[in-house]
Amino acid sequence: MAIKKTALAGTLESSDIQITLAPAASGGIQIDLDSAVASQYGDQIKKVITAALQGLGITDALVKAVDKGALDCVIKARTIAAGQRALEQTEPAWEVL
Amino acid sequence: MSKNNVGVDISDDILSTYDYKPFAGTQLGNPVSHRVAPTVRAQFGENKVVDSIAQVVKAEVKDGMTISFHHHLREGDQVFNEVMQVIIDAGIKDLTLAPSSLTNVMNDMVVKAIQAGTVTHITSSGMRGSLGDAVSHGALKTPVIFRSHGGRARAIETGKIKIDVAFLGVPNADEQGNANGMTGDAAFGSLGYALMDAKYANKVVLLTDNLVPYPNTPASINQTQVDYVVKVDQVGDPDKIGSGATRFTKDPKELKIAQMVNDVITHSAYFKDGFSFQTGSGGAALAVTRYLRQAMLDKHITASFALGGITKPTTDLLAEGLVRKVMDVQDFDKGAADSMHTNPAQQEIDASWYADPFNKGAMVDKLDVVILSALQVDTHFNVNVLTGSDGVLRGAVGGHQDAATAKLTIISAPLVRGRLATIVPQMTSITTPGESIDVVVTEIGIAINPDRQDLVAALSHIPGVPVFTIDELAAKAEAIVGKPAPIEYTDRPVALVEYRDGSLIDVIHQVKE
Amino acid sequence: MAETEERLRRTMMFVPGNNPAMLKDAGIYGADSIMFDLEDAVSLQEKDAARDLVYEALKTVEYGTAEKVVRVNGVDTPFYKDDVRAMVKAGIDVIRLPKTETAAMIQELVKDVAAAEQEFGRPEGSTHVMAAIESAKGVVNVNAIAAASDRMIGVALSAEDYTTDMKTHRYPDGRELEYARNVILHAARAAGIAAFDTVFTNLDDEEGLIRETKFIHQLGFDGKSVINPRQIPVINAVYAPTKAEIQTAQQVIAAIAEAHEKGSGVISLNGQMVDRPVALRAQRVMRLAQASHLVDEEGNYVEE
Repeated sequence: MAIKKTALAGTLESSDIQITLAPAASGGIQIDLDSAVASQYGDQIKKVITAALQGLGITDALVKAVDKGALDCVIKARTIAAGQRALEQTEPAWEVL
Repeated sequence: MSKNNVGVDISDDILSTYDYKPFAGTQLGNPVSHRVAPTVRAQFGENKVVDSIAQVVKAEVKDGMTISFHHHLREGDQVFNEVMQVIIDAGIKDLTLAPSSLTNVMNDMVVKAIQAGTVTHITSSGMRGSLGDAVSHGALKTPVIFRSHGGRARAIETGKIKIDVAFLGVPNADEQGNANGMTGDAAFGSLGYALMDAKYANKVVLLTDNLVPYPNTPASINQTQVDYVVKVDQVGDPDKIGSGATRFTKDPKELKIAQMVNDVITHSAYFKDGFSFQTGSGGAALAVTRYLRQAMLDKHITASFALGGITKPTTDLLAEGLVRKVMDVQDFDKGAADSMHTNPAQQEIDASWYADPFNKGAMVDKLDVVILSALQVDTHFNVNVLTGSDGVLRGAVGGHQDAATAKLTIISAPLVRGRLATIVPQMTSITTPGESIDVVVTEIGIAINPDRQDLVAALSHIPGVPVFTIDELAAKAEAIVGKPAPIEYTDRPVALVEYRDGSLIDVIHQVKE
Repeated sequence: MAETEERLRRTMMFVPGNNPAMLKDAGIYGADSIMFDLEDAVSLQEKDAARDLVYEALKTVEYGTAEKVVRVNGVDTPFYKDDVRAMVKAGIDVIRLPKTETAAMIQELVKDVAAAEQEFGRPEGSTHVMAAIESAKGVVNVNAIAAASDRMIGVALSAEDYTTDMKTHRYPDGRELEYARNVILHAARAAGIAAFDTVFTNLDDEEGLIRETKFIHQLGFDGKSVINPRQIPVINAVYAPTKAEIQTAQQVIAAIAEAHEKGSGVISLNGQMVDRPVALRAQRVMRLAQASHLVDEEGNYVEE
């Protein structure tokens, strides 16, 4: 599934991550990550984002992630929120949560 | 290849190239050393005041020399950048930069001096920011040497650091070079670190914005040591000289840690009349001082002395009579600096007196309790205060190794910062050996070094202070943040970390791009 | 009444639901209850994100022995149903209903909670509820509200909205809250559930917090809502029993044990009969003493 519109969730506060999704027709999930802990946790952060998007059925998207030291649970929550906003879904994604 | 006492593999090449012995332990015995003496050019009352830095640089600074500065003006320092710019402009090359430490305000200038070939060697207590980044990525051909404050004093006294020209900013001086740190717009209190340079540098250049009538007293640096006095517009920005960390913290996590640190101190055998302590700066340390004050009042205990970097909460204890003497190597805020001026029980001490392991007795040897910080602590209680979790230089040894020799050494640090664990199985570098660390205090509880069974007995049943093993703390931290990918390094050493006795405790390598 | 074993609820710490840093650290301050807020602390645009965030935090962050409470959005909002379902799925201990005005509202909530428990395979009855009283109508109906369901564990006064509804505002002496506090407390006690006092909003007025806490402690409240972890030790100190109270409690408990050993039905201490209220009070004092770190694991008084 491709997303319909650009959407964002999360803030630039400490321990948060801001996820911005933009539509992409193909090319899979492409993540541009900005994080002070990229050398230690970059792969993990991308893994969590990808898994959450796939859980929502999103297969193609451009992802901009600005990380401020978020834990995995925050990354997942923000990705789901951004993903559902991009899909214009209002019912919580019970199968992903 | 040989393994040092904290398990670091050090190549024979490094040991022989830089003439080091591997760190062998904190027990130093009674080493015998020889002190060097500076070269002195006699003067007979001629006016030493010159109008320009350029004039002094032209006369005294030559290619390949070692120059030094102090960092008492911290982030307000205006001397370093001005002098370094003149030296770069003069086209001088291949200098060794040997300041007591480097603050953020100096970073860009040092990077510039490295790029210009002006500075090719550095020894310091620490470095951060753009400079730490540049050095960690290989900006210098030869590794930086990091020394503790006591280690620098030792290195200067024994000639390992041979300072050709020292540029020392002072908030007041007379035309002969009698000066102190206590009065003037840029007053910062103790000149503790700079006193070493004044005593041992071949040429001593004072820079001041405040020429006062001769003779200037009290004189911490005196005219017998000084070659030049340079009048400048401003040596420091008074608003930035104070470390800014002197307000009582409202951060609930810091307060929780401080409360537990206080509990550890007051439940130890050292908390009795006449005890001595060092707290340092930073939110939690200042909060500890406040809690400690209440505990001292409640138990009718006074301290014989407070040591090290001094803050107003500590000088308040002095004024209140709860501390009998303050032994002051540097002041972190204006309040502490003012107190030094007005209270004779606040004694200025130099870095050797404070912490040098090769003199005839340093104050740290008499220290009961110290509270220190950490970027990382490993499961052997070793502490890193130099490199971040990404392996990049962003800290300073300071007096860490020196004060850690106290009878009760407490590390106060949050279990995690953001997504970074503080208590980890493997650190990015080792600054202070676990042998000298006794208790680690985090917001969730404490870990006691199993080598200190006396402390295990004394501290294991404090109400509200959960006790964990250090491995348990590391596991809890990892459960929160996840397992980090290991940092990758090249083979190239970018920094050598000396233990306070001059042995090699760690080698920091260039991080891979 | 939701549980027979009495739980300490001296402090209920509010944590804004959309703040990752605070969600991460909420467990380390020793709050008896942690209340994750999806309502007033979250803007309308962020309701979905906050719900996702609190859900993930509840699933992964360690909150120790604290009671986990969530304040959902009101029944009249479009967020209410999904809030309840998500929080039940996450395994929350207690759902706090804001602006509760009738017992029917609680019964409606309980129905939704029960349905969610079934939907997500949670043990039936594992999710408790509580009511926040924020209006004159809520105060007037609080007796029925407190007794509305077996799942009820407490009622809380929320004074900011209440005083607005009463056409007044908060005063330092709290006299405007006299009636509401007493009525809510009585309703809670009659129903056998907990009573929580409102927040004290001026963080820098520690003396004011102590004064107000002493007052509501004297009235009999279980505890107070707190808006900053710094308030927790202050409130706990007010609730800490005195040395004399602890010693009396220890004697009572020893006397009970002795009587049990002898098989004696009548328990007496210093010539006075130890009846059920005395025994209950002694147990509560010892629980408070332990939570206040005034006794060690064996119940011995810790000399400071």
